Amino acid sequence: MLYREAGQFKTSYAADQQVFPIRQDRIGVVALLVIAFVGIPLFASEYWFSAILIPFLIFALAALGLNVLTGYAGQLSLGSAAFMAVGAYAAYNFQLRVEGIPFLVSFALAGLTAAGVGILFGLPSLRIKGFYLAVATLAAQFFIVWCLTKFPWLSNNSSSGVISTQKLILFGRELNTPVEKYLLVLSIVVVMAMAAKNMVRSSTGRAWMAVRDMDVAASVIGIKLMPTKLLAFAVSSFYCGVAGALYAFAYLGSVEPDGFSLEMSFRILFMIIIGGVGSIMGSFLGAAFILLLPIFLDVALPFIANLLGLPFASATVSHIQITVFGALIMFFLIVEPHGLARLWQIAKEKLRLWPFPH
Amino acid sequence: MSKKIGDVILDLQNISLRFGGVKALTDISFDVRQHEIRAIIGPNGAGKSSMLNVINGVYHPQEGRIYWHGEERKRMEPHMAARQNIARTFQNIALFKGMTVLDNIMTGRITKMKSNFIEHALWFGRARKEELEHRCKVEEVIDFLEIQHIRKTPVGRLPYGLQKRVELARALAAEPSMLLLDEPMAGMNVEEKQDMCRFILDVNDQFGTTIVLIEHDMGVVMDISDRVVVLDYGKKIGDGVPDEVKNNEDVIKAYLGAGH
Repeated sequence: MLYREAGQFKTSYAADQQVFPIRQDRIGVVALLVIAFVGIPLFASEYWFSAILIPFLIFALAALGLNVLTGYAGQLSLGSAAFMAVGAYAAYNFQLRVEGIPFLVSFALAGLTAAGVGILFGLPSLRIKGFYLAVATLAAQFFIVWCLTKFPWLSNNSSSGVISTQKLILFGRELNTPVEKYLLVLSIVVVMAMAAKNMVRSSTGRAWMAVRDMDVAASVIGIKLMPTKLLAFAVSSFYCGVAGALYAFAYLGSVEPDGFSLEMSFRILFMIIIGGVGSIMGSFLGAAFILLLPIFLDVALPFIANLLGLPFASATVSHIQITVFGALIMFFLIVEPHGLARLWQIAKEKLRLWPFPH
Repeated sequence: MSKKIGDVILDLQNISLRFGGVKALTDISFDVRQHEIRAIIGPNGAGKSSMLNVINGVYHPQEGRIYWHGEERKRMEPHMAARQNIARTFQNIALFKGMTVLDNIMTGRITKMKSNFIEHALWFGRARKEELEHRCKVEEVIDFLEIQHIRKTPVGRLPYGLQKRVELARALAAEPSMLLLDEPMAGMNVEEKQDMCRFILDVNDQFGTTIVLIEHDMGVVMDISDRVVVLDYGKKIGDGVPDEVKNNEDVIKAYLGAGH
């Protein structure tokens, strides 16, 4: 009933090409942004910011980066965490070695550095596809982590490559409360998500999807495969790089190369599989799901055990967590390969008619 | 028919194409004139699709020369054919399955867009303007091919006949001067074939597009094409107006077998 587009007519192509052509969606998004920027800072506790909201936004950004590459351009990558590491260490070094560089500039440069590295490891994609490409990006994952441990210069000669990030200063103000960091991360993520949405709805995105769906036809239409694929690697790594810089500066404050492990790359991959491959919103849904599920199980499992009067060990929780996690990934791969974003879309289509049968 | 068939725009001379030891095409020469409908026919495996792939640069013949508008063509990559205004459709539909009809057709105009990805990301100035301009052109194609009702449908959900039509739309969106059609009517029923014939003739007539067409339906071929070239086992066995080809001994032999 509420979600009706009856009476909303488009009279120009500009109106038809809006990101949110339906009025209710526009209201929803504005409401969401108001809640995120105003509501949450007023009510959420410090724990929520530093343990849930900030990592959620950062991982959503990384997932968005991987989604550009894998979901839109169809190039499978297992190196997302490594590109995050490049971003984190690049931002650290720019802060360290360039006198008085503003933070936002160093984050952008960190993204560009990651983009450069991404292009380099994207080169094999010109010859190989699918699983073989995934193995090639696996090389990036191991090589970059090895490099960061091997060359002390990159971590300013600290032992085993651990870096402690500089204080976050923005426009002459030090950001030290979680709320301020949250607002910084949120602003960056919102701007970058909008940029990604604009890219994928224009000819850049169409070229990516064309290469993904049928590369021979794409090249016959006039799409140059090499620049298109490399651009996808560059943009994707840029996003991962900025996410990595935020991960180090706004979330943990101190990172080591081994933290950006293959396991983290897989987590980002699971986020887009569960959230929705080839969907901007899916990246956010997937990140939320994967980060919140363990927290939810932590709370819910002891409660359920109590109800049933079962003996309870904390080791069991983590075992059950892993089991549920694996089962859910299999469930999504089989039942809904397009993930939560697709479920949301189906729900919207149903809502258009609800409560009438047709 | 009062068609103005012009000069030769594509001239293929002594083309030979081999894959390892397999000879796909042997010493084939033929030309295509401006504004004509040129059919390539022949039994299965005769090398018809290979011929189209040579024309738009997917395959590179080992021998022979190709002249495009009088100029000899050097080695060419497929994406360069699009920039020379050659568009094509495929035998097995090659649409972008995950995209809507509209996006598929918009992709056909990609060589005409000049804005870069940064402008796209900011959705600013040229990017925004181009998107609207090209949308207008695409809508013209959509109207022409009568597919308004499926504009926003993902192509994967469409029936076969409509997919073929969308593929033609994507090729037409590029405003090609030459259109290569690989079996545009394969697997269609009579009505769909009639529609498709009408579209091909209209494209040829209204836009002056030169058409090179592979087709197995002899009725269609003899009806709509101006000249026909016949291939068999990678060799040319006939070339001329439909009536000549129909009565050519070699052609009859290739289709019906010797001693029919």
